[in-house]
Amino acid sequence: MWTVLACLMPPLILSVFIFGIQTLIITAVSVISCVLVEAVSQKALGRPITIRDGSAALTGVLLAFVIPPGVPYLLPVLGAVMAIYVGKHLLGGIGYNIFNPALLGRAFLLATFPVAMTSAWLPPLHDLAIFTHLGAGADAVTAATPLAVMKEQGMEAFTQAFGSGTSLYTSFFLGWRPGCIGETSGFLIVLGGCYMLYRGYITWHIPVSVLGTIALLSWIFGGKALFSGDPLLAILSGGALLGAFYMANDYVTSPTNKISQLIYGVGIGALTVLIRLKGGYPEGICYAILLMNPLSSVLDSFFKPKRFAPPVGGDK
Amino acid sequence: MNSLLTFPLGGVHPPEAKGQTAGLVIERMPVPDELEIILGQHIGAPCTPTVKKRDVVGEGAMIGEVQKGLGVPLHSPVAGTIKDFGMSAHPMRVTSPSITIAVDHDAIPVTYPRNDWSGLTAAELLGRVHDAGIIGIGGAGFPTHVKLKPPPDAKIDKLLLNGAECEPYITADHRQMLELAADIIEGARIIAKILGIGECIIGIEENKPDAIQVMAEAARAASSAECTIRVQALRVKYPQGSEKQLIQALTGRKVPSMALPSTVGVVVHNVSTARAICDAVVSGKPLYEKVMTISGGGITRPANLLVKVGTRASDIVAYLGGVKPELAKVIMGGPMMGFAVSNLDVPVTKTTSSILFLTEKEIDTRPHSQCIRCGWCLAACPMGLEPKEIGVFVEANRAEDTAQFGVFDCFECGSCAFICPAKRPLVQFIRLAKMKARR
Ligand code: SF4
Ligand code: SF4
Repeated sequence: MWTVLACLMPPLILSVFIFGIQTLIITAVSVISCVLVEAVSQKALGRPITIRDGSAALTGVLLAFVIPPGVPYLLPVLGAVMAIYVGKHLLGGIGYNIFNPALLGRAFLLATFPVAMTSAWLPPLHDLAIFTHLGAGADAVTAATPLAVMKEQGMEAFTQAFGSGTSLYTSFFLGWRPGCIGETSGFLIVLGGCYMLYRGYITWHIPVSVLGTIALLSWIFGGKALFSGDPLLAILSGGALLGAFYMANDYVTSPTNKISQLIYGVGIGALTVLIRLKGGYPEGICYAILLMNPLSSVLDSFFKPKRFAPPVGGDK
Repeated sequence: MNSLLTFPLGGVHPPEAKGQTAGLVIERMPVPDELEIILGQHIGAPCTPTVKKRDVVGEGAMIGEVQKGLGVPLHSPVAGTIKDFGMSAHPMRVTSPSITIAVDHDAIPVTYPRNDWSGLTAAELLGRVHDAGIIGIGGAGFPTHVKLKPPPDAKIDKLLLNGAECEPYITADHRQMLELAADIIEGARIIAKILGIGECIIGIEENKPDAIQVMAEAARAASSAECTIRVQALRVKYPQGSEKQLIQALTGRKVPSMALPSTVGVVVHNVSTARAICDAVVSGKPLYEKVMTISGGGITRPANLLVKVGTRASDIVAYLGGVKPELAKVIMGGPMMGFAVSNLDVPVTKTTSSILFLTEKEIDTRPHSQCIRCGWCLAACPMGLEPKEIGVFVEANRAEDTAQFGVFDCFECGSCAFICPAKRPLVQFIRLAKMKARR
């Protein structure tokens, strides 16, 4: 858990550079509330207190990463109650919770505070020369998230607002654009993800199948005509990277065996694209994961690992 | 070494921790004043004593015999007097009946001259293996002569010798391969003759390059037209030395669940068993001594020792300068599959390959928690089982329903428990599940 947390620190630090100290405060509020709620709910439910395992803190960071950094402080606190008390302890308890707590917290906040949750973006600070010279058009940045602009105002407004071509990808990849903390720098998210892969904390199955499906389906259906969508933009935006590496991969709520993991990942990818294109939420991956969560154990009971060598004549 | 073989499914990489003893020459431990010889040394029926109290026995004399059922005779490791029949502490079974022998330190140690065995028939060779009380030294202690008499319908074409020694800390086989390579190879030739087969492969993990070299030379020297012996380097991966995994790595064959290796045409023996077979046949020496590794941060002087069967752990500790204050846990066997003991009176048996004295730093004392469904145990299990499911069922008091998960395929290698981030005692759960599901 602590390693996963460490992997999330670089994007957090970068977001402080980009958006200012506010992001750090929101994250701190979220982490502290999650840890406190965990302790209080475990006490109340008469279960052993496990705040030292780092999982509540991790939920806190993830929750902060998927809400706009400009929201009032009350929101992460409420989100924490929903995530930890309801999502984690009431709906199963450690190891048995069905839904990803951080995402459940976010979904709850989005339903309850739709305005704050979709508009409280912070514009990137403008005086950091180090970022502007990397090619991101700082002047062009508006205070709305990219996918929302694209969805509501069309491609032209989008290119106007965010630039196009390489500079567009660069700004997305490095984080120079408004969005949730965790959505901003694809590069650092991928870097952290790769480190976890390298250390063997996660395997490639879920992130690759999620991102692969999103890219493929967005390419086919995401444009005006078939096969004219932009797959790279699709995975660089809307929290897809954070979702694929840190949310969909959550041990408790994802399947345990490799085949089910692949199916699960493809399912998340497909639902994400469906929600993005047909539904009202650009950040569809959040709901896609929540929708697939309860299927994890179903998938696991369908697909069993391959036994070393079955008994001659079958099991008795 | 470009073609390193291994088994494909599962496996883990625990810290090897062999450095403390890998370079230490096997030393003979002086015989203590008293030995406690457990009557049930092997799988199958325990021995019945063939001696009475106050009988005087010579070194190598038979003191116990299996009257009916599967088993081999038991021999006195020393010259001495039968002192008592009682119960001994036992690493797995809590206590077990035993014979205590008071050692006669003035007796002259027996020497065993080497004889030519080339004229003996397979049946005569097999008889010597049985009479010498040989059992599988590396593992559970299955009587060796039984393994050397495969069912008549099995067509055996390969003998595999297991020199993988994949358990951390243990270096007893490593040292024997270095110091007694010729004996091990001669043992292999004897086994090959008993089984009437012409091919022997010795699998050794690549972290023992010196042993691979020495054994390969000895194997080359001993190979002949009717029996080729060769060494195959294996990748370092636990549990490489498990029978089914070794067979798959060396031959590509898979032993079906609940079946013996002979169904796929192979027989596997440990290198130290091969050495014991050589002793038995070439010199007529019964199995009553053991090379074992004493290691870990909690013992003053780690060593590879040649000890008499029946030596108490406490005598070994005294010989090696005592334990350190940091000692936290004593394990008989390796850290992955061994058993923790709480009592240093336990005597060494024919199958004890090590005693580890581990400090707090070397063991994981974190409490276990709920399964977090990470799936690591599934990926680690070399048998393709779902340890987490078995654990959850056992915790829900449904241990008897675990046969559906193939729980009997589990050979308790401990890979799942080693890898589990929640530190779940998966092997204990599985042992319980097996007990309940058998009924
Ligand atoms: S102990 Fe059993 S279940 Fe666990 S990894 Fe080994 S064989 Fe698999
Ligand atoms: S390794 Fe441990 S925590 Fe992970 S699935 Fe297996 S039993 Fe559960």
